Amino acid sequence: MLNLFDTRGLRSQLKDSIPVAGLCPTGSYGLQDSMRSGFTSVKNELLPSHPLELSEKNYQPNKDKMNFSTLRNIQGLHAPLKLQMEYRAARQIQRLPFLQSSNLALDTLRGSDESIGFEDILNDPAQSEMMGEPHMMVEYKLGLL
Amino acid sequence: MATLTVSRPPFGGFSFENCRRNAVLEGEANKVGCSLPAARKTGTTICGVVFKDGVVLGADTRATEGMVVADKNCSKIHYISPNIYCCGAGTAADTEMTTQIISSNLELHSLSTGRLPRVATANRMLKQMLFRYQGYIGAALVLGGVDCNGPHLYSIYPHGSTDKLPYVTMEVASLSSDWFLCSSCSGSGSLAAMAVFEDRYKPNMEEEEAKRLVRDAIAAGIFNDLGSGSNIDLCVITKGKVDYIRPHDEANKKGVRTGDYKYKRGTTGVLSKTVLDLEVVEETVQTMDTS
Repeated sequence: MLNLFDTRGLRSQLKDSIPVAGLCPTGSYGLQDSMRSGFTSVKNELLPSHPLELSEKNYQPNKDKMNFSTLRNIQGLHAPLKLQMEYRAARQIQRLPFLQSSNLALDTLRGSDESIGFEDILNDPAQSEMMGEPHMMVEYKLGLL
Repeated sequence: MATLTVSRPPFGGFSFENCRRNAVLEGEANKVGCSLPAARKTGTTICGVVFKDGVVLGADTRATEGMVVADKNCSKIHYISPNIYCCGAGTAADTEMTTQIISSNLELHSLSTGRLPRVATANRMLKQMLFRYQGYIGAALVLGGVDCNGPHLYSIYPHGSTDKLPYVTMEVASLSSDWFLCSSCSGSGSLAAMAVFEDRYKPNMEEEEAKRLVRDAIAAGIFNDLGSGSNIDLCVITKGKVDYIRPHDEANKKGVRTGDYKYKRGTTGVLSKTVLDLEVVEETVQTMDTS
């Protein structure tokens, strides 16, 4: 349960990398899902529904940031730069946007091919019952939308 | 079913979609006066002891759902790796999933290093995961095992803090006599079990003595705490051998009925008797349409 005291601490996390707007999850067809998230309100959009929501959303970027800054302090600027270049290259190896890509190169670089976490067990995107609309997603990716 | 989710690729892991709905539902339920069903917990007595050659872990076997016993014989000592076992108290699903995930990760890790996994590795993995979820994963664990450095025993709390016993690296402001440090208890019945340990623990015990001590500690928890009950499970881990004794002691056997309400033939007097023979007139077979 979110009480008012929690919001003061959470506000410091609101400046994180992933934009906050969009905390209110949309249902199918992009509309408000009243059954799951209740009626719309400004407070609903801005504040997370669970104290862990923001921290989980930003967990991977924060971990990467921390690792890169440590690497920079130890080995100099070239180390994180080279690694980030490799990550960007690996991130571009994808299937079409509405299909599930294996991200094998990215996983190998990150080291997450040797560990199992909740993201592999719960809500596995490969087994999701809904898929994006192919035409819209490709147009969005190509910037035509 | 096609939808219009265009911008974000779907990702796995925890989804917080239903949290607002749950909060609203709980508020409504409290207004009416009833409460939502509670998660199944293992209100529990678990404990572990380091003895001369290894570690003995003990647990009771009752799982509760609020004030009702949900499982009379659940197994609370989970496998992590061939030389490491872990007892779990708290929300039953959380302890189960947490130990399974850490067990898989430890197996991958040991395949990658080519060595037998260490207890400290398991401890570090568990602590980092539990801290990441800030105590929302309600798993309090007693982790014990024997690795290349000897027998080790850790207790891990749901928010991610851990205590290593018996070495004096504990920063907890507790009575740091060293026999206290060589044992560890957790759960609702832990006070009763800890009382037994404080009374009778000695360092470098023999295996039989250690098993007796753990059995008595768990029995104290079972008989004095309502959240613990049924049988006592033991797991003795030594270098190269694991003895998973389930159940070690059936402390609470289901009672046998002493009386019988069936009456003997002849108790009631028979006044008269008529026998009617049934005659089979016709027999037909009708096949069913099973297509």
